[in-house]
Amino acid sequence: MSAAFELRGLTAAVPGEKRAIRLVEDVSLSVHAGETLAVVGESGSGKTVTFTSSLGLLPKPGRVIAGEALLEGVDLLKLRPEELRRTRGARIGMVFQDPLTGLNPVFRVSEQITEVLRAHLPISRSAARDRAVELLTRVQIPEAARRVDDYPHQFSGGMRQRVLTAMAIALGPRVLIADEPTTALDVTVQAQMLDLLGDLRDADGMAMVLITHDLGVVARQADRVAVMYAGRIVETGTVAEVFAAPRHPYTISLFRSIPDIEAPTGTRLTPIAGSPPDPARRPEGCAFAPRCFAVSDAAGCRSVRPLLAGVGHAASCHRQSMLETTA
Amino acid sequence: MSTLLEVADLQRSFGGGRTLFGRPRPAVRAVDGISFTLARGETLGLVGETGSGKSTLGRLVLRLIEPSGGQVRFEDKDVIGASPAALRAMRPRMQMVFQDPYGSLDPRMTASDIIGEPMTAHGIGRAESARRADALLEQVGLSRAMAARYPHEFSGGQRQRIGIARAIALDPSLVVLDEPVSALDVSVQAQILNLLADIQARSGVAFLFIAHDLGVVRHVSDNVAVMYLGRIVEIAPRDMLYGAPRHPYTVSLLSAVPRPDPAKERGKARIRPIGEIGSAAALPSGCRFHPRCPRARLVAERGGDTVQAAGARLPSICVRQDPMLAPPEGGADAARSTVSASGSRATVHLAACHFPHDD
Repeated sequence: MSAAFELRGLTAAVPGEKRAIRLVEDVSLSVHAGETLAVVGESGSGKTVTFTSSLGLLPKPGRVIAGEALLEGVDLLKLRPEELRRTRGARIGMVFQDPLTGLNPVFRVSEQITEVLRAHLPISRSAARDRAVELLTRVQIPEAARRVDDYPHQFSGGMRQRVLTAMAIALGPRVLIADEPTTALDVTVQAQMLDLLGDLRDADGMAMVLITHDLGVVARQADRVAVMYAGRIVETGTVAEVFAAPRHPYTISLFRSIPDIEAPTGTRLTPIAGSPPDPARRPEGCAFAPRCFAVSDAAGCRSVRPLLAGVGHAASCHRQSMLETTA
Repeated sequence: MSTLLEVADLQRSFGGGRTLFGRPRPAVRAVDGISFTLARGETLGLVGETGSGKSTLGRLVLRLIEPSGGQVRFEDKDVIGASPAALRAMRPRMQMVFQDPYGSLDPRMTASDIIGEPMTAHGIGRAESARRADALLEQVGLSRAMAARYPHEFSGGQRQRIGIARAIALDPSLVVLDEPVSALDVSVQAQILNLLADIQARSGVAFLFIAHDLGVVRHVSDNVAVMYLGRIVEIAPRDMLYGAPRHPYTVSLLSAVPRPDPAKERGKARIRPIGEIGSAAALPSGCRFHPRCPRARLVAERGGDTVQAAGARLPSICVRQDPMLAPPEGGADAARSTVSASGSRATVHLAACHFPHDD
């Protein structure tokens, strides 16, 4: 089966003082219909830029300098601006972290949803409004017919995120990209939102990309995972594989640094020393080497960029063989 | 260990009065009758969702905002009734660390000035303050060479270290930490949590640790209090609260936390509260959690005296009567004999629920 959405060697950069600063480098990933791919990383890892740049939404002066972004086989990066705009709205839905920025505060929710519908479909105002109520019902907003005429500020954070989700699925997209959709929400509301996203994916057979920093959300929701660090994918595989036996030292360290609610108490966390590198000053060789517990000069960690190696469960680390034998 | 902080029936309302057009405006009861004690050298974790009143409570305890009622005793002195001079004399002993490592440091001051300011404000000379600031920088894992840098030259984690250095500069016995790691990436968050543990082990400072992350709170706390709409609904030693939660809200919270274990996450039966946290401006009658409570619905199905409320059939008592914090029935003595994590103090497992999970 071919992927619903696929990135091949995507590289995006902004101009720097001497040369271009690469925000994301050589990112390849794919997600199939009915499947959820989680993209995990810390701030500045490039997880959001990967998707904004592949959809032509990277703010200037950033631009894609290499790679392809294939939606059901069509390279979005080769489309003319108008074609890209139409494709993006209709066939790729997006939900972002902050539910306030995605909604215009001066328009009623009904106006904002009907605008999306009427921009893409030849339907009347009243038919669009009926469809808006249906969509709000689908995202489980209570009393949708009454609330459709409310303004965004009249909804709670969790309800606003549902309104945005309704807009994202309004045109029946094949791919839904959710960027930290639950980070601003409280934990009980987060659980409700994750259930909703899973239900919508299953009902419509959408391919879903879930961008998150929370490994708990990945474990709960995703089928496969790509771990990003300093603009690159450093490990990828099924959620079961990566969580059972993480192979990249960064992934291993992330697991050790989480205070889990069922871990033995009284233990000390093992933090990762230092902080992630500035994109303009990424180290030579492996970008994680300065923070890595397994770093070795002999293995070339500080001089040679490691490649993502492995079939299925892959990791980019010079010391893979050592990690596997000591694990 | 002796009691450091005693909070009794603390209250704070905001607003009220009338709107511009003369309509009465509902008062928001952000903190509504909170009592607890904190022993020297211990950590009380305070968890709750947005709007639970946990941040307001932290500020009330230090009297950064004035309460509407209630008592706070700190080192056997009355904080609420204290004169400005008396309060000022207490300040070095009770400090605060804020969530936002970007907004809480003055961008025009160097790291050394930021850390030294509380010392100079309390009569320590400039040279001595600067010397101690250097030592504090090293205590929080930064280097003396960074003393002359400005906040924008530091990463988020480093800024939070500066905020902590400033808070411990005058050797306080209490630090209130309001979401101290929630703006940080996980790898950096662990560094700060370890630093706080080291500081506490070395100095014997007590922490009131406010956070929404249940994993973080479990990691740092001796005792934990769960807040909901201005009230503590459950308070207990850490392992009792996480191991055998009694309040349906705590049960729901713990059940909702996604854990980094795919096998357990997939197989988990979730107990889900209905809807979202209400508003402290329009508090539900009876138990504040009744509109969302999954347990009340189950109890009502078993029969007894029920009413129709919040779109469901619920036990009458949940809708009519505000539950008080109470130990398990019959098991109070057993609970009381349980020793807290520090091994020094007996604490009861209290929950404010008419039908707690005691079976």
